[in-house]
Amino acid sequence: MSLMTPSAEFDAGIARTGAASPPQAELSVAGVEDFVALMKPRVMSLVVFTALVGIAVAPGTLHPVIGFASLLCIAIGAGASGALNMWYDADIDAVMTRTRQRPIPAGHVKPGEALGFGVTLAIGSVVVLGLVANVLAAALLAFTIFFYAVIYTMWLKRWTPQNIVIGGAAGAFPPMIGWAAATGSIGIESVILFAIIFFWTPPHFWALSLLRADEYSRAGVPMLPVIAGRDATRRQILIYSMLLAPLGIAPYALGFAGLAYGVTATVGGGVFLALALRLFRTGDAPGSDAAAKALFGYSILYLFALFAVMLVENRVQVLFGQVLFGVSGA
Amino acid sequence: MGDGENDPDDGITLTPEQIRRRRNRSIALALVLGALVLFFYVVTIVKLGPGVLNRPL
Repeated sequence: MSLMTPSAEFDAGIARTGAASPPQAELSVAGVEDFVALMKPRVMSLVVFTALVGIAVAPGTLHPVIGFASLLCIAIGAGASGALNMWYDADIDAVMTRTRQRPIPAGHVKPGEALGFGVTLAIGSVVVLGLVANVLAAALLAFTIFFYAVIYTMWLKRWTPQNIVIGGAAGAFPPMIGWAAATGSIGIESVILFAIIFFWTPPHFWALSLLRADEYSRAGVPMLPVIAGRDATRRQILIYSMLLAPLGIAPYALGFAGLAYGVTATVGGGVFLALALRLFRTGDAPGSDAAAKALFGYSILYLFALFAVMLVENRVQVLFGQVLFGVSGA
Repeated sequence: MGDGENDPDDGITLTPEQIRRRRNRSIALALVLGALVLFFYVVTIVKLGPGVLNRPL
């Protein structure tokens, strides 16, 4: 018999294998914080924010309670995607420094628990969104979860260096789901919002992957720098940035965002392009990592600024419309 | 049995940390279930509006 306490045995199991080694049959020691971590709260916050913008800029009015309920469903759906992703990617997560403390590789949550949690949240969020908002929004949410958990996580991520280009669609859907929840349709405006996030994703993640190429290589993930090399990655980042910068201005050009957004998108897109160009020109010279870090950090600020300005501008317009003309609407 | 040894017949013995985690999880589950009840109630009232009382008996 072991002289170790169950807890010590458990910890020792983790230390030996880097994965869960439960000392007692089927005893779950997962805490609340582990299930929260499974839902990738930082990703969820971005999803909620972009979905909120989709709801806000959509025409017509949506009851605040229904809007909140829809956002909650979209957030839980995103959490389900995160849990399913962590369930399937536990082997990769255990190898990479950035992810080895996630609940499954750290031994806090069993793979089966994560799978059950993810599937339950996925089904619940889709069904409730269908009942609260409409079937189109629910179908889009279901497709997004399927796209992220199956198409991206199980297939693309380990198969092609274009993984995050195609998989980026999953992260781009939330504003379209928000729009669909508010209107019951898919307008050109929501397609533009989708396209902005879609074309933003490759330069954002490839800037990160330039910094983590060795880890991706060790984990066997075919990220672009691992397969095509760093020069090709920097060139691709520049190409996508050249597509993204004008696309960012499209909401202003098409008239569903105002002047403040137009200025933010123009200046912000110019800075994005300048940082991508600097990264491209730096090559493998000293300062290359700093250039990649700068672009990665700025890309987050850029996307947040675009959507934040669009949201604030829209709310100001609605408020002024109510005050000056006595009309309401988004 | 001697100190520090676990007899399988004794069943599972939880450590204080495991007990704390499971207790917190149970409380969180109760709160989530309560919030869901409130959520469905409010959404039902909002969606049905005044019609919530206008049903044939």
